[in-house]
Amino acid sequence: MPASIFLNVAVSGLLTGLVYGLMALGLSVIFGVVRVVNFAHGEMMTVAMYIAVVLFSAYRLDPLLMLVPIAGVLFALGYVMQAGLINPFINRPEHSQFMLLVAVAMIMVNALLFIFGPDARSVQTAYAYDSFQLGTLIVDATKVYAAVAAAAVAAGLFVFFRYSLTGKAIRACADNYQGALVVGLDVRRLYALTFGLGAACVGAAGAMLVLLLDVTPALGPSYTLLAFVIVITGGLGSMPGALLGGMLIGVTEALAGLLFTPSAKSMFAFGLLVLVLLFRPQGILGKSAS
Amino acid sequence: MRAPWLDGAPSREIILLCLLLAALILFPALANDYLITVLILIFYFAYVGQAWNLMMGFAGQLSLGHALYVGLGAYAAAALYVHFGISPWLGLWVSVAVAAGTGGLIGFLAFRFGVAGVYFAILTIAFAEFARLAFDHWSWVGGSAGFFLPVANYAKNDLVNLRGSPTMFYYVLLAMTVGAFLVCHALLRSRAGYYWLAIRESPEAAQALGINLFRYRMYVVVLSAAMTSLGGVVFAFYYNNLFPEQVFHISRSIELILAPIIGGIGTLFGPIIGAFLLTALAEGLDEIMRTAGLDIPGVKQIFYGVCLLVVVMFLPDGVWPPLAKVLQLDGQRGQDQPGC
Repeated sequence: MPASIFLNVAVSGLLTGLVYGLMALGLSVIFGVVRVVNFAHGEMMTVAMYIAVVLFSAYRLDPLLMLVPIAGVLFALGYVMQAGLINPFINRPEHSQFMLLVAVAMIMVNALLFIFGPDARSVQTAYAYDSFQLGTLIVDATKVYAAVAAAAVAAGLFVFFRYSLTGKAIRACADNYQGALVVGLDVRRLYALTFGLGAACVGAAGAMLVLLLDVTPALGPSYTLLAFVIVITGGLGSMPGALLGGMLIGVTEALAGLLFTPSAKSMFAFGLLVLVLLFRPQGILGKSAS
Repeated sequence: MRAPWLDGAPSREIILLCLLLAALILFPALANDYLITVLILIFYFAYVGQAWNLMMGFAGQLSLGHALYVGLGAYAAAALYVHFGISPWLGLWVSVAVAAGTGGLIGFLAFRFGVAGVYFAILTIAFAEFARLAFDHWSWVGGSAGFFLPVANYAKNDLVNLRGSPTMFYYVLLAMTVGAFLVCHALLRSRAGYYWLAIRESPEAAQALGINLFRYRMYVVVLSAAMTSLGGVVFAFYYNNLFPEQVFHISRSIELILAPIIGGIGTLFGPIIGAFLLTALAEGLDEIMRTAGLDIPGVKQIFYGVCLLVVVMFLPDGVWPPLAKVLQLDGQRGQDQPGC
């Protein structure tokens, strides 16, 4: 196989991986602050994908333009979930939190199945078959747009956490829960805000992913797993780690699909996860055990 | 007088249990085929739930990938039967060995490298998903197109090859459920059982008291995997078809932990009560949907999800502990006893 094929596939995987990374970023932000593993992450993304599909099929609204409103809807969903369901569980044992979110995930998947049925839905934009060419490198325009948008959203989130007062307050909650309470931060509201922001990342990622692949309700659990794989590979709680992990998994899956069979590509992602868990459990960019 | 192996259990409990068991033994003579298949499902979930509960409820190790052991057990016994004509009673030893070996491998990797809590749960999911994809591409056992056992002639029961009517499976699974209950009951009163409870409550304190955490965690994972795989063997011979997409899927892993969670994690009756409640309610819902002429996918799972949500929110210890209080079945139990 000529080298240019590898390069093409790797670049395409990298761009898709950036969108995966944005999705995983949401999971990482939520875990880093609220210390709850969002087992309904992929399911929330399928919800966002279906919103994008409905908006497109009913009103011809381009998912890339709808990115912000969809992220807003998911933000509200995340805020309400944290404020109403998860906050009372903050001091419960880990398995109890898992189960709560597993229940939410089950309800989401099957509510989608109930409403939309099991068939795959997709969005066909006018620019679906456009591509850019750089020498021997040919990349889908859609993937470039999606990746650029993902990078922009991630950068925005990064700036928010680094420079805004609310962002600093959220980081304070993550660093020292007791301390945050002592200085009078409204930790529960900040948690809800954080969960909302994490959900907004998923919403934005979902709006873009709908351009890259067809959506079915069954996609939810597999994307929850994918988000775990990415976040653990990159480092749970590390923002750059999530993006790096996303790109790494994107490239791994793309190359595995090329060299072996596409249906087995996730095996390589899981293999990578097992290796990381065993040899660097804190992830590539994660801080060592706290 | 009480039997020595039930020492510590109130006699009222034993009488109720014996009555229940007698009713269940006589049940097939009175009930129709539909009710028997419902009870088969209940026993299956009670059995695998008990096996999972051993690991999570007693030793505090959360596995979200138990479908892996069901699937390995099912495929091993079914493949030996179909390809070599080996009776499932011999094949099940291979199933147990394969599942226990895999459980041991996961346990070894996790406990040796300090993978715990969230990470352990995700590691178990990862192995189950890995197996799902691997079996999808393994043509010797049919790959993603599925693996089928020759369908039996239901007129005649062949216990040696586990080919027969639902009534035969009813008794096999009833025996397994009772057996699992007795095994777990005995284990809880053994040295290992007390060690597991100590590890569940506080690994640091347990270690300080000289309990070998690694060894006892390994025991419980291997044991739980082995027990679960037997459920898989029966699953394969009862349903006669296996698809990796269904057998190993994460939703199967979740489904089989619902009964113990709803019934009560860490209790011996929890998985049984949970399986009864969940299956009976789900079948009732099915029946209502059928008579209403509705056929909508997902309703049953939404119902499961809502049940799970309600239980984790309002009954964090499950249904059994408050129920036991109402039935006054926990009277003579000390604080140190695992509620059962």
